[in-house]
Order: sequence, then structure tokens, then C-alpha cells
Amino acid sequence: MSAGKLIRRKVGDVAFKAFCVVVTVIALVALTAILWSLLKQGVGGLDLDIFTKRTMSSGSKGGLANAIVGSIVMCSLAMVLALGVGILAGTWLAEYGGRSAYGAVVRFLNDVLLSAPSILVGLFVYEILVAPFHGFSGFAGSVALALLAVPVITRTTEDVLLLQAATLREAGVALGAPLSYIIRTVLWRSARSGLLTGALLAFARISGETAPLLFTALNNQFFSLDLRHPTANLPVVIYNSALSAYDDLVRLAWVGALLIAATVLAVTVVARIVAQEQRRS
Amino acid sequence: MSDATLPATALSSRRAAPRGALIGKVFEGLCFTAATTLLAALGGIIVSLLIGGWPAIHKFGFGFLTTATWNPVTDVYGAAGPIVGTLVTSALALALALPVAGGVAFFLTELCPARLRMPIGTAVELLAGIPSIVYGMWGLFVFAPLFAKYIQLPLMTAAAPGSLLETLTMGIPNGSGILPASIILAIMILPFMAATLRELLMSVPIGVRESAYGLGATTAEVVMSVTLPYVRTGAIGAVMLGLGRALGETMAVTFIIGNSHSFPKSLFDSGSTIASTIANEFTEATSPVHTAALIALGLVLFLITFAVLGLARLMLRVQEARS
Repeated sequence: MSAGKLIRRKVGDVAFKAFCVVVTVIALVALTAILWSLLKQGVGGLDLDIFTKRTMSSGSKGGLANAIVGSIVMCSLAMVLALGVGILAGTWLAEYGGRSAYGAVVRFLNDVLLSAPSILVGLFVYEILVAPFHGFSGFAGSVALALLAVPVITRTTEDVLLLQAATLREAGVALGAPLSYIIRTVLWRSARSGLLTGALLAFARISGETAPLLFTALNNQFFSLDLRHPTANLPVVIYNSALSAYDDLVRLAWVGALLIAATVLAVTVVARIVAQEQRRS
Repeated sequence: MSDATLPATALSSRRAAPRGALIGKVFEGLCFTAATTLLAALGGIIVSLLIGGWPAIHKFGFGFLTTATWNPVTDVYGAAGPIVGTLVTSALALALALPVAGGVAFFLTELCPARLRMPIGTAVELLAGIPSIVYGMWGLFVFAPLFAKYIQLPLMTAAAPGSLLETLTMGIPNGSGILPASIILAIMILPFMAATLRELLMSVPIGVRESAYGLGATTAEVVMSVTLPYVRTGAIGAVMLGLGRALGETMAVTFIIGNSHSFPKSLFDSGSTIASTIANEFTEATSPVHTAALIALGLVLFLITFAVLGLARLMLRVQEARS
């Protein structure tokens, strides 16, 4: 090999490595900058009022209590709906019809739903639950969030069930247990922490979703646990406050954004720990 | 099924079905229904968007896609502005994010000191989960003023009258517009793409990589001619998943794109995307046709993202089957 070619290769290699290092630094700086401003702007506004007072218009000092409660209630209902559908659908794919043509179609479309634009889910729920009943409602918001959580849960359920040892199923069958009984008492139980991981990831995904709530749950200035009416929720409060021109509302929006980001990060970290425990055992 | 124990009825000519059989049937039926619900949801989205958007599709026909007049006062709607805005911002975001995401993934798999590999990799994965509204707020309050001051204004003053640069940088230097929105989108899809690419590259068998090094290949050559081609299909799928996210993203864009429906004329001109238009106007739509036009926009977005995501998933599937 000629010396010139060797030098060219070496130079190309150094350039490549330099490029990788530089863009990694740029990416980390940009992402740290985002977290930093979130912390800086958010922590300053954190006080007890945030958790005890309801949202108010600019000028009177309000909090986020109704939005926090509304978000928790809506996300909880969404998770209940999504866990029911998602775990059953994932079980069907893993244990019953996953290898059929229909199963392949379901799996494929589930993957597409997994990353479908959330605003379209909002439009869909608006069409089926808001427009016909002439009113925005927290329930519609929960359904929209559930639709976003189901694909995540379906996918993880199928994955963890397929990871369970075939001998577990065979042992159950050898004892004369019907498949449905084996699934419910053996497979679901041994896949428990995997299912939990899926649920946590789904929760992390929906807790910050804003777009689908804009025209389903809308917003509400007051405390309300009645999901038949518009319900306050953190993402929409953040959106509205951030776009208002008032400094105090913008500050409130930063606090809300910090709360959501912290929740999502904490839930994701717990999900990873659970997944690691699962792998170890 | 279980008939190891013989109940008394076994002596009669007809045997009772085992107790679990009915429960099993019901359970399987429930599971099947749940799986079908997924299909129904996707079908429901298409049908509801079609029905909801029909008045607009019927009224404006094909011209809905090609005209750029969006006027709630005269009730005339053409979606070319938001459609072009969506495609341009997503393409720019992808062009910006792809090299960086690739660089991060290569760095993490080939160059990174072992001690930093885990923390940085985990951080990138965690950042992929940050809600997009956080990116949007950061874009509006932190990035836009800096961008206007240090990039937009200098570029605009540096541009010679009549030059291409001047055409590209026309607009109001307030930090919002097509290019700033694309940059925020790029930052938003970056962790996701980097994390997926990294995972793909780590799936390359260690022997393949070591043989390449053993033949004397440099790091650049190992990545470019061995490991990256090895996961090619999956990598294209991952990139297209990132593109799908950018196309449908609402919050990261709405804050900073400027929200004008006209055809964007330059990189700094304000524009709109399909998602930002829907988010801004849907609850304040002034007439039934306005609402229908917004839903028809949603249908267009659905068709674009469905095509992109479908292709992406197929490619990832092919890659999975191969390795």
C-alpha cells in the first residue's frame, strides 16, 4: 500500500472521529441546555401554592392544583382502559393468533399506531366522543390518552410473554390445565415485572401528551373530578399559559413543564430499574 | 383438554365439557376482541377523518391540496401552505438531526471510553422520553431570542441585496419561522434517533466488527463499510421513524413556527405545519367548513405519516428477521 493512501486513510479516520466527538458534544450541550433552563425557570416558581391553589387568570396568584389533580385522574383512567385492552391484545398476539395472517396485520398496525401523530388521535376522539355529545369532557381526554398507551402496552406484553420459557407452558399443559388458566396464573405472573415495565413506559408516554387533550379534555379553571365536563390538566394549562403574554402565567408554565418532565424521567428510571431486576432474576 | 379425572357423568354416553373449556373460550374471545379493537381504532381514525373532512374535500376538491389561500373570513381553504410547511420543516429537521444522531451513535459504540458509555447512553435514552411541549417552550423562550440575535440578524445584514442568501433569509428577525422550528424539531428527534441507531449498531455481532479491525481497518472504515451496512435496513427504518415523529409533531413546532398560512418564502419566513394549524385553530373554528378543512388537513397528515411509518416498520421488521 502506498504511503499516500495510508496517510489519506489515517486523516479520514481522524476526521471521522473528530466529527463524532464534536457532534456528541453539541448534542449533549443542547440537551443539557434544555434541562438546565427547565430547572432554572421551574425551580424558582416552585412553592406550596402550586400544589394547593387552582389556576387563576394573570394578576392573582394561582397554582396548578386543579391541573395536577385533573391530569392524575385522567391518566389513571386512561391507564385502566389501556391496561385492559393492551394486555389482552398482547396476550392474543403472543399466545393465540400471533402467527396467523390476521395476527401479522394487527402487529403491523399496532406498530404504526405506536408512533402515529397524537394530534390525530385527538381529532378522532373529538369526532366520536366530543362532537356527538356536544361537549368537551375529561372522559374524552382519558380515551384519547388510552389510545396512545394501548400500542405501547400491547407491544411490551407480547414481547415479555414470548420471552417466557416454553417449559412453563408445557408444565401447565402436562398438569391438565387449560391454556387460558396457564396464561392467567402462570405466564402473567412470571412476566409480572415485564408487564409493569410496559405499563410504566406507557404512563410516561401519555403523561406529557398535550396535542390530543387540546380538543378533548379542553381545560377548566376550577377543581373538578367530574369527567363528564372539561377537565383541567397540566399539559393544556402549560400550553395556554406559555402562549399568554403574561409573565406570571409563563412562570407557572415553566413550573408545570418541570413537574411533567420530572414525572416522566422518574417513571422512566423506575421502569428501567424494574426491567433490569427482571433480567437479573 | 383435561379429562384425566373421570367424573360420574363420564359413564353416560355424552361427556360434560371440562370446566375450563368455556372459560378458555371466553378468555380467548376477549383477547381476540382486544386485538381487533386496535384494528378498529386505526380504521376508526381513517373513517372519522374522512367523514369529518368530507365537506371540505367535497367543496374544494383536489384544489384543497394545491392552493395556498387559507381564509376563515371568506371560508375558502387551501392546504398547500401547511402541507409544504410540514414537509419542509421535517426534511430540514431530518437533515440536521441525522448526521448528529449518527455521530452520537458511532461515538457511543466505537469511541466512547467504557466508563462513559453507560451514563451517556442512558442519558440519551431518557431524553428521548421528554414531552415535546418542553422542547416547544424552550424553543420559544430560550432559543428564539438567541437565534434572532446571534444568527438571524447577522445573516440578514451580511446578505448582499439580490443574492440567494437574501432570498433565503427574508423575514422578521424575531427568532420564529421555518428554520428555527426545524432546528427545535431536530433537537427533539435527535435523542430518539441516536438511541435507536445505537441499539442497532450494538446488535452487530462482535466477531464481524473484530474481524474488520483485525484486517487493519480504521474506525471510520469499520463503521462506514462494515457495521453500518450490516444494519442498513434497520437504520433506514429508524431514520424514517424519526421522520414520522417530525411530521406529526405538534407542540415542539406550534410555539415557534410563526403560524402563518401563506406559502413560506424563505428560511426565516413564518409558516405553519398541518399539526400546528390544527392545534391553533380547531377549538376556535369559525364555521363548519373551517372545522371540516382542519379535519381534512388531519387526513392528509395521516396519509403522509401512515406511508412513512408503514415503510419504516417494514424495514425494521426485515432487519429483525435478518439478525
